[in-house]
Amino acid sequence: MRLSRRELIALMLGAPAVATGCSPPPVVPLHGELFGQSFDIGHRLRDGFRPRPADDQWRDVQVAIVGGGAAGLSAGRALLQGKCDDFVVLELEPVAGGTSRSEKKGDFAYPWGAHYVPVPLADNVPLIRLFTEMGVVESLAADGSPIVAEQYLCRDPEERLFYQGEWIEGLYPATGASVDDHVQLKAFRELIDTFAAWRDSTGRRAFAIPTSLATDDKEIMELDKLSMADWLRYEGFNSARLHWLVDYSCRDDYGLSAETTSAWAGLLYFASRLRAPGADHQPLISWPEGNGRIINHLAEVVGPRLQTGMAVTQLTPVTSDRGDFVEVTCFNTQTQSVTGLRARHVIFAAPQFLAPRLITEFTERTKRKTDEFEYGSWFVANLHLKDRPKQQQGYPLCWDNVMFRSRSLGYVVATHQAGRDYGPTVLTWYYPFTESHTREIREKLLKATWADLADVVLTDLEVPHPQIRQLVERLDIFRWGHAMIRPKPGFIASQQRREARHPDGRIHFANTDLSGVALFEEAFDHGCRAADEVLSMLPQDRV
Amino acid sequence: MSAGSMNRAPLVLLYLNVLIIATCGLVYELLAGTLASYLLGDSVTQFSLVIGLYLSAMGAGAWISRFVADKSLARCFIEVELGVALVGGLSAPLLFAAFSRVDIFGVVLYGFVFAIGSLVGLELPLLMRLLKEHLDFEDLVSRVLAFDYIGALLASLMFPIFLVPRLGLIRTSLLCGLLNAVVGVWGTYLLRPLLNRHGLLSLRIRGALVIGLLLIAFVQAETLTKLSEESALGHAVIHAETTQYQRLVLTRSEQGFRLYLNGHLQFNSMDEYRYHEALVHPALSPIKSPKQILVLGGGDGLAVREILRYPSIESVTLVDIDPGMTTLADRFPPLAELSKASLRDPRVTVINEDAFIWTGRANGPKFDAVVIDFPDPGNFAIGKLYTTRFYRMLRDRLNDGAMISIQCTSPLVAPKSYWCIVSTLEATGYQVRPYHAPVPTFGEWGFILASAGPIPDQLALSKDLTGKSRFLNDEVLNGMFVLPHDLVRVKTDINQLNNQALVHYYDEEWGVWK
Ligand SMILES: Cc1cc2nc3c(=O)[nH]c(=O)nc-3n(C[C@H](O)[C@H](O)[C@H](O)COP(=O)(O)OP(=O)(O)OC[C@H]3O[C@@H](n4cnc5c(N)ncnc54)[C@H](O)[C@@H]3O)c2cc1C
Repeated sequence: MRLSRRELIALMLGAPAVATGCSPPPVVPLHGELFGQSFDIGHRLRDGFRPRPADDQWRDVQVAIVGGGAAGLSAGRALLQGKCDDFVVLELEPVAGGTSRSEKKGDFAYPWGAHYVPVPLADNVPLIRLFTEMGVVESLAADGSPIVAEQYLCRDPEERLFYQGEWIEGLYPATGASVDDHVQLKAFRELIDTFAAWRDSTGRRAFAIPTSLATDDKEIMELDKLSMADWLRYEGFNSARLHWLVDYSCRDDYGLSAETTSAWAGLLYFASRLRAPGADHQPLISWPEGNGRIINHLAEVVGPRLQTGMAVTQLTPVTSDRGDFVEVTCFNTQTQSVTGLRARHVIFAAPQFLAPRLITEFTERTKRKTDEFEYGSWFVANLHLKDRPKQQQGYPLCWDNVMFRSRSLGYVVATHQAGRDYGPTVLTWYYPFTESHTREIREKLLKATWADLADVVLTDLEVPHPQIRQLVERLDIFRWGHAMIRPKPGFIASQQRREARHPDGRIHFANTDLSGVALFEEAFDHGCRAADEVLSMLPQDRV
Repeated sequence: MSAGSMNRAPLVLLYLNVLIIATCGLVYELLAGTLASYLLGDSVTQFSLVIGLYLSAMGAGAWISRFVADKSLARCFIEVELGVALVGGLSAPLLFAAFSRVDIFGVVLYGFVFAIGSLVGLELPLLMRLLKEHLDFEDLVSRVLAFDYIGALLASLMFPIFLVPRLGLIRTSLLCGLLNAVVGVWGTYLLRPLLNRHGLLSLRIRGALVIGLLLIAFVQAETLTKLSEESALGHAVIHAETTQYQRLVLTRSEQGFRLYLNGHLQFNSMDEYRYHEALVHPALSPIKSPKQILVLGGGDGLAVREILRYPSIESVTLVDIDPGMTTLADRFPPLAELSKASLRDPRVTVINEDAFIWTGRANGPKFDAVVIDFPDPGNFAIGKLYTTRFYRMLRDRLNDGAMISIQCTSPLVAPKSYWCIVSTLEATGYQVRPYHAPVPTFGEWGFILASAGPIPDQLALSKDLTGKSRFLNDEVLNGMFVLPHDLVRVKTDINQLNNQALVHYYDEEWGVWK
């Protein structure tokens, strides 16, 4: 059943928006498209689609990487650096990048998903190397921390909040805050500082990125049992403004409200970005096309080994007298042809929920399940504006622009990092489905039409920008079904998650969801680790 | 009924009308002359053209008055009054509005002058014919002429002393329009015996409408942006427009005209030569024969005027984001006069693009000198043009030994801002020599001479400038680099894209002075 415009707005933006959103006519005279992941393939796999390649369609390869997202491409780069160049990266979508993909249209490049990475701390050496290779890191300070080229750091003014009818600097709703609000904000920051200072007996930090560098000490892991909101209350924080800030952060990073985000994950967001107690948050690195810039770099490094439009439909470990290998069945979504690869190793860089569907007898062999891996859905819209919204007062247009009362996360300005401050621009609008969207609601929303969704986007943006409808020339929407792993309480510490990274014979796993949090650094870390696992086994293969 | 039924009292009132009519008539003429010389420059020509045209139009009006039949004299007089009220009263606001929108502004202006002149020329002959019945001819002529001349004297005294300074051009014109309209409506009472009943009501209604319209315009004028700017800027606004990038306002006073961008003074035609000589020549004089020059900002063309004084110049590239600015001289002849139409020189190429984007483009051309004349760093979009990133990109635009000069706000008012720019350049690896110059309308002004290589200690003006520079000679040129005690260096952060330290300093320092 199709939702009415009112129902859709109420579902997505909440009751208050219905009141404001009723007046303008629903007709949106503009162009745009609704994109999505290739649902077809996903469903066909679930429905048992198992094509077999003809006997003459097989070929040998040392490593097959399943998935050309951040993790898969990072794995490919790591293999090359380990002197292994006999591999392919198989990506089901026509474009690589997964949830970090981006697009270029005319003069503008803009993200469809991930858009920034905080400057890595000195201990994230592999990532610093990648950024150095990209020319993003120019040199290292004496302590090993990277010095990032100015143009890649998020340009000031960075973020603003539309609060009580006015744009204010920063994300904290400071207007009218009481002394108690400020005291609590300060106390919160001090508490985060204690986590930043915390070290376990082996010197590991409480919260580090990649998370593989962090402690697994019980005291810290216990935090995963609580929700972030519970933790705040437990620590005596009741300032509504502070709760809003934390809730916003959880929605922004994990697509979950503070009530359903694990406190461990919530604190990771705040504490992992501090170099030292009392330090400012690490600055952010961003590009007009967001993390699509990193993807493009990795894709260039990997070169023709990256094959897009190639859906892996089955992975079957085989033991034979010619040695052990994995049969990889590939379905070319363009030509509809089926080919097979006999790969010595597979790096499975797709999300874990696909493992039981793709890997033959996965559960029977590994005794592992993936049902605790839960994913959130997102809508991302790119709005092409012929000019910027006029603004008389308040803090000027920033890179990140957030609306206090909105359920969306606001928008990022694609031209900001290009230094373009006038005229046409592209805004990337983000909307996570939090847990308040039941399965039923989610199904409904995923069925909504472009026109209805475009109207929701505009209704949301009309609050701070009443003239937005006159400025938008094109509005594209991307519907991400399984977009982001959800770090709900208990998931990080769960056995299922901790074991998921262990190889299944010659199949190695690499995806950000293994960390329980969706971050580029995690995807990169898993990609590098999986490649290392493979590289360490290659000499034995040759024997 | 005849005019003979008018008693003596209204007759005195009729003389008062003559006085008002005469005053307003001359004010319109003065207004048109002032407006023409403000907007088109060359005041002697404009004034004599306007006066000549106006007088001949008055003659034409007087001649037309012959064709008015005796019985419709009174109605005609009142209609003419309402016509003057409308055309004359709205002349200044309409002409100002037309200036930035109409290409053939001259035609519109002189059309107005002619229309007002003819209407005013009709007034007195009609009035005299109305009064003819009451007085003998000599008496009539001498009295009317006396009041006419008194009115002219009144106008010429009040116009410069009270009207323009207090009310501004727009409201002066509206006020005179109102007076004319009042005379018209009043006439429907004074001359009532001469008017037929039917026409009377329609005349009064029209009169009320004209008065209403002018009153609204008069009251609204206060809230019009132009006038609010006028009171803020203290001078008559002769041109204002909001481009995609900024608000451009030109004001005019007896001493000259001024350009404001977003409310910040860019130059005053009186003393801009000091600013532009100080900006350009320190960068160009150390170069043997400067050929390729880059100007960033400076869309008024005044810096380019200084650059073109060097005969060795082969090309000047000017990058200014705002086409509204770089074409201003085409629409505002006094600026073309001042800049010697420098942007129309065949050696000059104008590029309308954000200098940040233009400079950052790979493999661009290189230059012998760069003159940077950006507005003060009052917002983030301009602040980026003073960052280490920007200065780093600029290095790829420099030939060996190239010199850069930069306007850098006032080191006296905003020392942190000034020295922040110095430190930022140093952090980017430039050699830097700070200097300053007094520019009366700006105050103590700061500049920086920078180069990727060494900068000579002593500078000497090029021979080509001998006798041409109004401010600089060799002593003054070198003297600008001597900093007095109150301009000592202060420690500051470096301005980067990700901290925009300069915009924050600037806000803080100029905020105190505003
Ligand atoms: C809206 C949004 C915003 C985000 N913002 C940020 C951010 O700002 N910063 C940040 O660090 N992170 C952000 N993230 C998290 C982002 O998910 C990670 O940064 C990272 O891109 C994850 O990469 P991945 O390779 O692990 O997984 P994915 O991106 O999910 O890549 C998996 C790839 O495998 C492919 N695949 C799946 N099945 C098959 C098959 N059968 N055959 C072949 N290929 C297959 C998919 O098409 C996909 O390309 C965001 C995520 C979303 C959804």
